[in-house]
Amino acid sequence: MTATALATHGLRKSFGALQVTQDVRFDLPAGARHALIGPNGAGKTTFINLLTGMLAPDGGRIELEGADITSLPPQDRVKRGLARTYQINTLFPDLTPLEAVTLVVCERHGVSRRWYERLAKRHAVIDEAFALLRDLGLGDLVRRPTRQLAYGHQRVLEIALALATRPHVLLLDEPAAGVPAQESGILYEVISALPAEIAVLFIEHDMDLVFRFASRITVLVGGRILREGPPGEIADDPEVRSVYLGTAVHG
Amino acid sequence: MTAIPETKSRIGSIDWFRAQARWRWYEPVFWLGAVAWYFLLPTYLPLGTQILVAALFALSLDLILGYGGIVSLGQSTFFGVGAYTAGLLATHGWHEPLSCLLAASAAAALAGWICSFVIVRVQGIALLLVTLGINLVLYEAANKAYTITGGADGLQGIEFSPLLGIFHFDIYGRAAYIYTLIVVFLAFLVARRIVHSPFGLALKGMRENWKRMPTLGAGLRRHGTLIFVLSATIAGLSGALLAESVQFVALDSLGVQRSVDVLTMLIVGGTGVLYGSFVGATVYMVFRDQLSDLNPAYWYFWIGLMLVLVVLFTRNGIVGALEDLSAWIEKKRRGAPSS
Amino acid sequence: MFPIFQGFVQVLFDGVAFGMLLFVMSVGLAITLGLMRFANLAHGSFAMLGGFTTTTLMKHAGWPFLATLPVAFVIVALVSVVLERFLYRRMYRAKELDQVLLTVGIIYMSIAGAAYVWGPEPQAFALPDYLTTYQQVGWFSFSRYGALLLAIGTILTLAIFFGLERTRFGAMIRAAVDDRRVALGVGINVNLVFTITFAIGSGLAGLGGALGINALGLDPSFPIEYLVFFLIVVSIGGTAGSVKGALAASLLLGLCDEAGKYYVPQTGAFIIYVVMLLVMLWRPNGLYGRA
Repeated sequence: MTATALATHGLRKSFGALQVTQDVRFDLPAGARHALIGPNGAGKTTFINLLTGMLAPDGGRIELEGADITSLPPQDRVKRGLARTYQINTLFPDLTPLEAVTLVVCERHGVSRRWYERLAKRHAVIDEAFALLRDLGLGDLVRRPTRQLAYGHQRVLEIALALATRPHVLLLDEPAAGVPAQESGILYEVISALPAEIAVLFIEHDMDLVFRFASRITVLVGGRILREGPPGEIADDPEVRSVYLGTAVHG
Repeated sequence: MTAIPETKSRIGSIDWFRAQARWRWYEPVFWLGAVAWYFLLPTYLPLGTQILVAALFALSLDLILGYGGIVSLGQSTFFGVGAYTAGLLATHGWHEPLSCLLAASAAAALAGWICSFVIVRVQGIALLLVTLGINLVLYEAANKAYTITGGADGLQGIEFSPLLGIFHFDIYGRAAYIYTLIVVFLAFLVARRIVHSPFGLALKGMRENWKRMPTLGAGLRRHGTLIFVLSATIAGLSGALLAESVQFVALDSLGVQRSVDVLTMLIVGGTGVLYGSFVGATVYMVFRDQLSDLNPAYWYFWIGLMLVLVVLFTRNGIVGALEDLSAWIEKKRRGAPSS
Repeated sequence: MFPIFQGFVQVLFDGVAFGMLLFVMSVGLAITLGLMRFANLAHGSFAMLGGFTTTTLMKHAGWPFLATLPVAFVIVALVSVVLERFLYRRMYRAKELDQVLLTVGIIYMSIAGAAYVWGPEPQAFALPDYLTTYQQVGWFSFSRYGALLLAIGTILTLAIFFGLERTRFGAMIRAAVDDRRVALGVGINVNLVFTITFAIGSGLAGLGGALGINALGLDPSFPIEYLVFFLIVVSIGGTAGSVKGALAASLLLGLCDEAGKYYVPQTGAFIIYVVMLLVMLWRPNGLYGRA
């Protein structure tokens, strides 16, 4: 059996009287390509925030590669190998991609608080940052401020930042959201080139992307897992279809 | 915009960081100018000293505000701690200036560390108010403790023995000016290094998007504590310098007015660009020196107007305006031939 | 035993009266902050203007004190409309820091302007005789001035709450505070709501400034000196701009200040600042705040 990269047991969260996450039992094996889908309001964003530590659960357990991370703050979860991207670009507008990725690599190496050192002397860190950006196709753009980049490139940078933490588990929150059709090609290339060892969970609305990349789909409705299975099964499932009511689900 | 050849980009990246940290042409010009001031304006040395002190103080604020993006309204807390520490050491028999400076900076660092515990827990308006609150509480405490601090009359009777045993703090302010210039320059070098260090990059990250930082592995509280300690140390250093050069500590070293003044200087000069603090301090202090002779109330009007104009019409104070101007000129130059 | 009780009631009365004064002065700032998300630190300048309106009318036109109060309200409200329309409106989307700086600049200019027009010394002011006396009710004696503060404060508080909860305009304000974009979508003229609300809030500050001359004094440095009070009220009450919060905070501060002056006179303003710090640490968004 492949090792479990990420698992939740009985995860619960309520906002007042509203139970947004209900007793969720979820498993993500190493090297997975899973998609989490569900209608608006199903609780997908809450689930991600619980996983990353931005929200504290009311009950239940989260395990990263077997270790209990439920009470760890977000930065510690990242250090253990859990990274995420945001649906809306959450980047550093005035920094160049090179600076942004170098920042993350410095954090990972634990040198981010060295206020007395010359950054330019950290060749290994800078090389690593550049190599990552080049491999993702941003090599020519590394020295432009982020806000000057095209939207599609910014989405790639969003992934680059997460990858710079060398995650074992990567949560991609609607990676293609808002990207115009002619720019989504780069994005798809990046996603298909993601290292095989990383367990990837897509939170998605875009069924094209889901069927292209996911080998397993989890359907979340009303904070609870409705169905789980390979894409073909999910596509044919009558309950899933009725929940989606007309959203294009390819067979 | 010419594309950067990909094959060169890898080495180019390291070069790029080096270029960021390189000394610009105006930097040696500025420092030589500061040295020239000593020879060209000998009657204005006390003013020059005050400008340097104010600039260093503004620089300490720039680190948290311009680079870290943390809006603090209580920077004079640390300035005052430094000033009073140096002053109190002197009035209690310790007259050696350099060690007083170090002790004062250490005291301010400690104050920064203590304050950071509460400050890193809040953001936005609440942060503004907490920093203001700490400032106010300390001011009141110093006011009430007049037996120690001299209260509203200030701490008097401060005397320092000659620097390195040789240079007296004379009434023309000659030794004070050179002493201040050297200390400020050294402190500036430290600030410069911070800005171009891995931590400097983390600071900018905090400023650009503090929400993103934890999800990239950066602990905001620890970073926040570090910058507060560093900034407080420099602020305390500037306070101690003032105490040593004028040999007096006024209660308003701890005052909110001073916190607002330093913020004004920094904004007028430009945040996040190191030299903004020097430009702003010079403009502010020269203005004040020239205008407040006429009537203290009128001075307020002009600085208020300057502040309003800077906020409405400039991107980033005087330095920002100069940067934009030079970028505009560059563009005109490049775009001019044909088409 | 009884003198202790008497003292307690005295502190209670004075504290609530002072709190009411603070509330009248600060509620405008709370609403502006909640409605327009605009940190108008120059709020104290409006209060100062109200005060000067009153002293000028009394000294040069011989008006009776109470009659000047509505005029103070109106004049300050009009001035604020001009300021809002031509200056503040540009800054609603700006960064907090920029708003703070802009309004600090305005404070400076208003201080200089006031010193130029009215001179830098504290204004000579005398309450009309019938307000300076003390009224005796049984064992309890209270100042008529304090009673006036209480009366006006209570009426205004009721009027504000009624206005917000029961009138259509109040509903529009609440809608715009809650979610500006949706309010626009529903057809509410948000700009007009802003301008009118700002005018009312600033007018109240002017009224408070006029009312408070007896308690707080009046000189050109008023805006900066009392800025701290306003900020404390808003920070404790709730940076989301809750009116209930501003009331609670004002009363709390009024009581703490009076109690401090009465029981521990040597601490002075200290107490208020410490209270503020403690509240900010416990509830960073204020007592009635929203993150």
